Amino acid sequence: MSSTTTTQTGLPSDGVMRAADGTPLKRSLARALRREKLRSFLLILPLLAFITITFIAPIADMLFRSVENGMVEETIPRTVEALKSWDATSGELPDEAVFEAFHADFVEAFKNKTHTRLGLRLNYEQPGMSGLFRKSGRRATNLEPPYKEGFIDIDEDWGALETWQVIKRASPPLTDGYFLAAVDAERTADGIQMKPEKERIYLFLFWRTLFLSIVITLSCLVLGYPIAYLLANLPLRTSNVLMILVLLPFWTSLLVRTSAWKVLLQQQGVINDTLVWIGLIDDAHRLTMINNQTGTIIAMTHILLPFMILPLFSVMKTISPSYVRAAKSLGANDWTAFWRVYFPQSVPGIGAGAILVFILAIGYYITPELVGGTSGIFISNRIAYHISTSLNWGLAAALGAILLGLVMLLFYVYDRIVGIDNVKLG
Amino acid sequence: MSSNRGAAVRFESVQKSYDGETLVVKNLNLDIARGEFLTMLGPSGSGKTTCLMMLAGFEPATHGEIFLNDHPINNVPPHKRGIGMVFQNYALFPHMTVAENLAFPLQVRGMDKSEQERRIKRALEMVELGAFGSRRPAQLSGGQQQRVAVARALVFDPELVLMDEPLGALDKQLREQMQYEIKHIHESLGVTVVYVTHDQTEALTMSDRVAVFNDGVIQQLSPPEALYEEPQNSFVAQFIGENNKLSGEVAALNGKQCMVRLDDGSELLADAVNVGGVGSRTTISLRPERIEVVPTDQQENQVEGLVEELIYLGDHIRVRMKVAGNDEFIVKVRNRGQRWDLQEGQMRKIGWSAKDCKALDAVS
Repeated sequence: MSSTTTTQTGLPSDGVMRAADGTPLKRSLARALRREKLRSFLLILPLLAFITITFIAPIADMLFRSVENGMVEETIPRTVEALKSWDATSGELPDEAVFEAFHADFVEAFKNKTHTRLGLRLNYEQPGMSGLFRKSGRRATNLEPPYKEGFIDIDEDWGALETWQVIKRASPPLTDGYFLAAVDAERTADGIQMKPEKERIYLFLFWRTLFLSIVITLSCLVLGYPIAYLLANLPLRTSNVLMILVLLPFWTSLLVRTSAWKVLLQQQGVINDTLVWIGLIDDAHRLTMINNQTGTIIAMTHILLPFMILPLFSVMKTISPSYVRAAKSLGANDWTAFWRVYFPQSVPGIGAGAILVFILAIGYYITPELVGGTSGIFISNRIAYHISTSLNWGLAAALGAILLGLVMLLFYVYDRIVGIDNVKLG
Repeated sequence: MSSNRGAAVRFESVQKSYDGETLVVKNLNLDIARGEFLTMLGPSGSGKTTCLMMLAGFEPATHGEIFLNDHPINNVPPHKRGIGMVFQNYALFPHMTVAENLAFPLQVRGMDKSEQERRIKRALEMVELGAFGSRRPAQLSGGQQQRVAVARALVFDPELVLMDEPLGALDKQLREQMQYEIKHIHESLGVTVVYVTHDQTEALTMSDRVAVFNDGVIQQLSPPEALYEEPQNSFVAQFIGENNKLSGEVAALNGKQCMVRLDDGSELLADAVNVGGVGSRTTISLRPERIEVVPTDQQENQVEGLVEELIYLGDHIRVRMKVAGNDEFIVKVRNRGQRWDLQEGQMRKIGWSAKDCKALDAVS
């Protein structure tokens, strides 16, 4: 028998429950469950690895790029070191030592052909820098001391205070420059300031993206709710057939659907032709429905509609028809029964559908690109531009990070107002 | 039909079909008196729930007319009928508290706040849930939800309350308790109740009258005792309580009694309840507890049977016998301490009175 004495309550005298072999029960239990836990972990390991490599790591890398700024220091390390002792606000150009260091760096950079890349990088901070670096090119490598005069001789911008201020400002390994640019601000000699009115673009784009996403979410809700209601209340056989119609767009390429809207909506398109033929509008006043916000809203509402209908449907399916019957038997007319009894129970579905559509809409890229024109594009189109055309990845990353933060913020607000546990997909 | 004036509910030649091919309810005529507790009893698919739904207004009648206090209501929408209803799964609104659930019918009637509160309080006290007003339905037990559903159906003082298998989801003990409670509420308020169930005990316990439904037709409409004691046809005899069937042929008919020759040749005297002329097929219905294993001379019917199985059940002993070719013949012997010397495999004479066996329509 066990050596520990047991009190009358069943607890051993030392207050620790023990298994038959005398080990504490908790440790014994943990050991028994360890195998179980290890097994569950091994089961999810492949997916975890996959997601880490293909999703988490790239996002982390991208987010880091929005503040990463190693290039200046890598390309012209001696200059950066020399510039440390220079007071940018003194109003005087750096001394000869800095120019000498810069020359040495430049020669090496020219050899490695990295000087144009540096110019491009500095160009984000101040337009004109790219041209300055390219122009200096080989001539700068052939300079003899004194370098200061030599550089200024090549281009007088080397003698401008601003040039060196920009280089010094861009020297630290981390920068907030991309984030400032992403919110239409810049760091000048007088501190952080908004860019001139006509150069601002991103804040407006963020605002438009939010606004259009809300409009698209609302129109999906208005169009999708009755359909979901119908589907949930029809006999199974009929609703299955109709459900195929709802799912049909999923089986069609996104590009095809978007292009179809182009055919329908353009000025010489099907809808305009029909309206002219009926006589509702005359030929000179054809409606502009594409390459603007209208086009984006129509096409995206159509594409995202199933994402609203499906969660709504699955929630509505669980609402027993006896609730509405009960409401009616208690004296409520059709509208009251719907609004006070049915609708509140469908709110979790609205929440799920709205979040889904909104989050998909806010990051949508291809449809606005194809039918949005200039007035209907989203912030993601701008991000894509910086990724693939202007190659300003830092700015693209900063814009993406802000978009991510924005969605998370909205998610948080939504959680506080509606409650995330109030969302269900069925 | 002037004689039927004053009925709380009247079904007049009501028919109902869902698919246009078969009738779910076939020519229903039924009067329900004011203050009556009427139960519609029947197996599933017998049309009882359909009748209730037509009365509540959720299903239109295909043919015929339903009257509520002598007013035809076929074209009155459900919310204007003023009928309280208790649903099978209670249908308490999950997003409202108990008090809000009860307030709902009062709010849609535009009742002022103080009157609402007074009535909610009264209704909750009636079902002994006075302290539960601020709970959500999900926080209540099944029995409590059931009571709230009853309170909600009654809070706006309807004259008629419909109950659609309201106790079906409760366990046995709770179900019995709720049967008495509903019965008492009915007695103290004097409302008319139409109650649908497939549970015969429920029907017999609570009702003033029971309408037994089968195949879209009311098979019998009687007070509970009559239903058990005097079944009008084989279906009712079989559906209500336990029943022994013996089939045979009418050998002689003499007013209210008839002689029935069983298929094995033995002859029995029975009440002629539902038989054709001499020579027609009939089924004799006989309650197991009316049979004596030690027959007396007053018992007109005495036959021999083989004891197949004895089951000891405490208060009585169930004896399965083979009588006239039927080996599902059950006899209930009350346990009074005597030893009847019953043994399996024994041939034994049993007997019963002619008035305890009813000659009914033949069943195949």
